[in-house]
Amino acid sequence: MEFFLSILLSGISVGGQYALIAVGYTMVYGILRLINFAHGDVFMVAGLMMVYLSAWLPLYLSVPVVLLLTVALGFIIERVAYKPLRASPRMSVMISAIGVSYLLQNLALYITGGLPQMYPRLPLLSDSVTIGGATTRVVTLVTPFLVLLLVLALTQLIHHTKIGMAMRAVARDFETSQLMGIRINSVISVTFIIGSFLAGVGSMLYFSNYATVIPVSGSMPGLKAFVAAVFGGIGSVPGAVIGAFLIGICETLIKGSDYTVFSDAFTFALLILILAVKPTGLFGERTAQKV
Amino acid sequence: MLNIENLRVNYGGIEAVKGISFSVPKGEIVTLIGANGAGKSTTLRTIAGLVRPRSGTIRFEESDITGLSPDRIVEQGITLVPEGRRVFPDLTVLENLKIGAYLRRDKLDEDIRWVYDLFPRLKERSWQAAGTLSGGEQQMLAVGRALMSRPKLMMMDEPSLGLAPLIVKGIFEIIREINRQGVTILLIEQNANMALHTAHTAHVLETGRLTLSGSGKELLRDEEVRRAYLG
Repeated sequence: MEFFLSILLSGISVGGQYALIAVGYTMVYGILRLINFAHGDVFMVAGLMMVYLSAWLPLYLSVPVVLLLTVALGFIIERVAYKPLRASPRMSVMISAIGVSYLLQNLALYITGGLPQMYPRLPLLSDSVTIGGATTRVVTLVTPFLVLLLVLALTQLIHHTKIGMAMRAVARDFETSQLMGIRINSVISVTFIIGSFLAGVGSMLYFSNYATVIPVSGSMPGLKAFVAAVFGGIGSVPGAVIGAFLIGICETLIKGSDYTVFSDAFTFALLILILAVKPTGLFGERTAQKV
Repeated sequence: MLNIENLRVNYGGIEAVKGISFSVPKGEIVTLIGANGAGKSTTLRTIAGLVRPRSGTIRFEESDITGLSPDRIVEQGITLVPEGRRVFPDLTVLENLKIGAYLRRDKLDEDIRWVYDLFPRLKERSWQAAGTLSGGEQQMLAVGRALMSRPKLMMMDEPSLGLAPLIVKGIFEIIREINRQGVTILLIEQNANMALHTAHTAHVLETGRLTLSGSGKELLRDEEVRRAYLG
């Protein structure tokens, strides 16, 4: 029972970390119809920046500085690699995204020399705590609440602010949004800023749990968050969050069972299954609309 | 108010507008009529800033607005009700109106009341998603949304498209009413009969060129126009 509880807790926490990445995928897809393959690597770079910055900045400074730099990275990637391709076919933008992904991974490889970098201990988050007989880290308990808080704030932003309304409009119809006076590029930038910020927070929670960062650290969590976004219906924020928690929990349960090696296989089998049975996912957008 | 000189626009690889000049005097309803593909939509889209012209100038109230971005055009007081209405289906009726005033920073209550007075149907459906409205209601919403930017010039692209005759009549009555309240209107239509009855001035556009101009009534009597557009 204690074992089960600790696995469940850690599953929820892993799910929460995936959720923070998945929201970035789904929001960018919702607006640009682009799978931003570089998103997982932005998450990894956020981890690396924390490793290096925490060496010469106190933590209370390095945390906000890392978040700021992650946001800046997301913003710059969009401006440099995606914006010039706005009028090009979607495939070109996607290839550009793959290029950025490899660029970031190889830059990381160059800088780290391929050696795993120790992630700094974040006080409190990395501490151990025992509840109901199960021992876990504080980050495991904090993650789901922080994720819910952030996602709630995000849905408030999307549904009850002017920029949120503009985001929903742009996601539907670029041209008519422009006719309203909305500057499409600003709205897209805001989307990348939000996605990168959440990935930055996610990286702090994730790496506090895993202790080291390597150049491909972003790939697996990125892929799983992507599966979560597809599962929930790509373009839908609540869908991505639900999908992420579900995948996190299932995966951790499998890891705790006798079939440990199948945990990743499960996630990708799930992807194949969704794409085959219900490609629009749980809350995917209806394509039919009145004309 | 709006002066267009020698406007040439390439669109989709062809020269869709081949050097047209016309003006829209303040307070009037001006219409461009013509067949499908004559360049009517391209002309409006160019004025709205969605398409850049190849050459020519567009002047609005003495300032050159050629090639400005769509948001700058809206700031100048020009709005376009796009073809096919294009309301935002997932946004509520009220949100659609609010987004029409996206660039404004002042209070919107009075304008929302004004639009709801013009279109009482929209008030009843204020909280409904715009996608659930009927075609006629969506057209009302598209017009209301455009009015929310407090335009001096409202351009309309085929407002009658796909609507029942009775509803079309209603829409044109509203266009006249909006015009009486001081908004200048540039209208393009395939429904030439309705457009010519409504407009003060009309121009006929044929494969990218203006071939005929006159008052709405003159063109209604014109033999050529009758044969080609009124059936």
